[in-house]
Amino acid sequence: MSAVQITELTVHYGEVLALTGVDLRLEEGRVIGLLGTNGAGKSTLFNAVMGLVAPTRGRVEVLGGSSLAARQRGLVAFVPQSERIDTDFPVSVRDVVAMGRYGRLGVTRRLRAADRAAVDAAIARVGLTELADRQIGDLSGGQRKRAFVARGIAQDARLLLLDEPFAGVDVTSQALITRLLHELRDEGRTVLISTHDLAGVPALCDEVVLLHHRVVFQGDPAEALAPERLALAFVGPDVADAAHAPDPRPAQLRGDGPAPSEARDAGPAHPLDRTEEPA
Amino acid sequence: MIDLILEPLQYSFMTRALLVSLVAAVTCALLSVWLVQIGWSLMGDAVSHAVLPGVVIAYLIGWPFAIGAFVFGVGAVALIGGIQSTTRIKADAAIGVVFTALFALGVVLISRTPSSVDLSHILFGNVLGTSAADLVQVLVIGSLTVAVLLVKRRDLTLFAFDPAHAHALGLSVRGLRALLLGMLALTVVTALQAVGIILVVAMLITPGATVVLLSRRFDRMLLLAVLITAASAVAGVYASYHLDIATGGSIVLAQAVAFLLAFLFGPRGGMLARLRGRRRARASTTGASAGAASARTDGVVP
Repeated sequence: MSAVQITELTVHYGEVLALTGVDLRLEEGRVIGLLGTNGAGKSTLFNAVMGLVAPTRGRVEVLGGSSLAARQRGLVAFVPQSERIDTDFPVSVRDVVAMGRYGRLGVTRRLRAADRAAVDAAIARVGLTELADRQIGDLSGGQRKRAFVARGIAQDARLLLLDEPFAGVDVTSQALITRLLHELRDEGRTVLISTHDLAGVPALCDEVVLLHHRVVFQGDPAEALAPERLALAFVGPDVADAAHAPDPRPAQLRGDGPAPSEARDAGPAHPLDRTEEPA
Repeated sequence: MIDLILEPLQYSFMTRALLVSLVAAVTCALLSVWLVQIGWSLMGDAVSHAVLPGVVIAYLIGWPFAIGAFVFGVGAVALIGGIQSTTRIKADAAIGVVFTALFALGVVLISRTPSSVDLSHILFGNVLGTSAADLVQVLVIGSLTVAVLLVKRRDLTLFAFDPAHAHALGLSVRGLRALLLGMLALTVVTALQAVGIILVVAMLITPGATVVLLSRRFDRMLLLAVLITAASAVAGVYASYHLDIATGGSIVLAQAVAFLLAFLFGPRGGMLARLRGRRRARASTTGASAGAASARTDGVVP
C-alpha cells in the first residue's frame, strides 16, 4: 500500500488551473519533499491530500482509502506553518499535544490514563518535557514546531504533512527536527514536506517531487537539485524548454499568463511568498 | 449590611430578576471566552441586534419571544455566511449590512404595531418585569446552552485554535462552526430578558476580554469569566435596586468596572504589571546587554 496515490488529478479554481494531470505515488516510510515556486500547486496538492479541495478530475487515495477515511482513522497529521498559529491563544504545550488524541476519545474528549501517558511520551520524545506546561506562545519557533510534531506522534499518525517546517526556525532546531522526522520515518511513517527552502532538502529528504502544476520530476534529492531539473520547477518548463515548439498549454501554466496573484495557489499565503527568491 | 442584601429579596420580582440575570451572566460568560479568542466579537454584536424583528413578530403572534429571536439569530448567521461565500465582500461589511438591515426591519415593525410592544423593554431589557413563565424559559434555554458548551468545550477550543487539525482528525469544521453559532443565538435569547438587545453584546464580549488579562489557561479563563460575570450581575441588580437605576445598564457597568480592574491590576498585560516590568527591564539593561525578549528570538524571523 502506498501512502499517497494520486491519479490524473486536475484542480481548477474557477478559471485558474492549479494542478493538471498529476500522477503521483508516494511510498510509505519515506521523507518526501514537495518543491516548487509559489503558485506551482504545492498547497493545492496538500489540500487535495487533506481532502480540503474537490478535484475537478482525478482521484486521491490516502493510505489505501479516501482522504476522509484515512483522517477519521487518525492516520493523517498536519503540522501548520508558523505564521498560521495564534501564539496568543491560551493553550499549553500539553494541551496542544493532547489534541492529537481527540480522534480516539469520547464526546467530551476527556483524556484517560493511557492517553495522558501517550501525550507525556510524545512530549518527552521531542524534548519538551521541561516546557510542557508553558503556553504555546512562550516557545521559540523551533520548539513550537516540535510541539506540533509531538501532536502527530501522540496521534500515532502514519502520514505527517508539514507545511514549510523550517520557516522561522533556527539552525539548531532545524537539525533537531530533521533527526526527529528521520526517526519517525524509520518507524515506517511517511513524512510529506511542502517547502521552497532548497537548502534543507538534501539533509532531510529521501525523495523529492518537483511540482509546476504537474509533476516535473520525482526521485533522488541530489538529482532534483541539479540546475536543469530545478529550472523545470522554478523557472517553468516553458523557459527550460525554450528551444522546443510553442507551448500548447493554457497561459496560466506557461508563466506568461495572468498576474501572479491570479495564478497563485488558493491556499494560504506563505511568509516567504513575499520574497522572490527562496531563502 | 445584611438588610441591604436581604431587603430586595422580599419581593418576588427581585428574586426573579436576580435569577434571570445570573443565568444570563453564566451563559454569556462561557460563550464569550470562545468568541473573543476566535475574534468573533462583531458576530456577537450582529446576532444580538438581528433578533429584534423576531422578538417583535413573536410578541405579535403571541409566541414565546425566544422562538422568534432564535429563528432570526440563526437566519442572520446564515445570511452573513451566504454573502461572504458567494461574493468578494469581507466579513465585517457582510455582518454590518445584515444586522443593520434586520435591526431596521424590527424598528419598522414596532412602529406599525399597537403599543402593546414596548420598544425600550426589548432594547434595554425588562428584568424587573420577568414573569414566572419568562423565568422558566430562560432557565431551560440557559441550562441547555451551558450544558452543550461544557460538554463540547474541548472541541470548541480545538476549532478556535486550529481548525486544520480538527479537519485532519476527520471532524466537521463546518459542524463545529455551526454549533458555536447556534449556541450564540441561544445565548442571546437567554440574555435578552436581563439586559436587552443593545447591551447583550457587552455580555458577549466583556467577560472574554476581561479574562485575557487574568489568565492564559483556557479552563481557568472559563471559570474566571463565569465567576466575575455572575458577581457583576449580582452587584448590578443590587445597585439597581438601591440606587434606583436601570438594571441592564447597571449590570453592564459592573462588568465594565471588573474589566477596568483587570486592566489596571491584572497579572497578564495589566497596566501596573506592565509598568513594573518596564522598571525591571530598565534596571537590568543598565548591567547586562538588553536580553529581555530572549525566549522568542527564533520565532520572529519574518
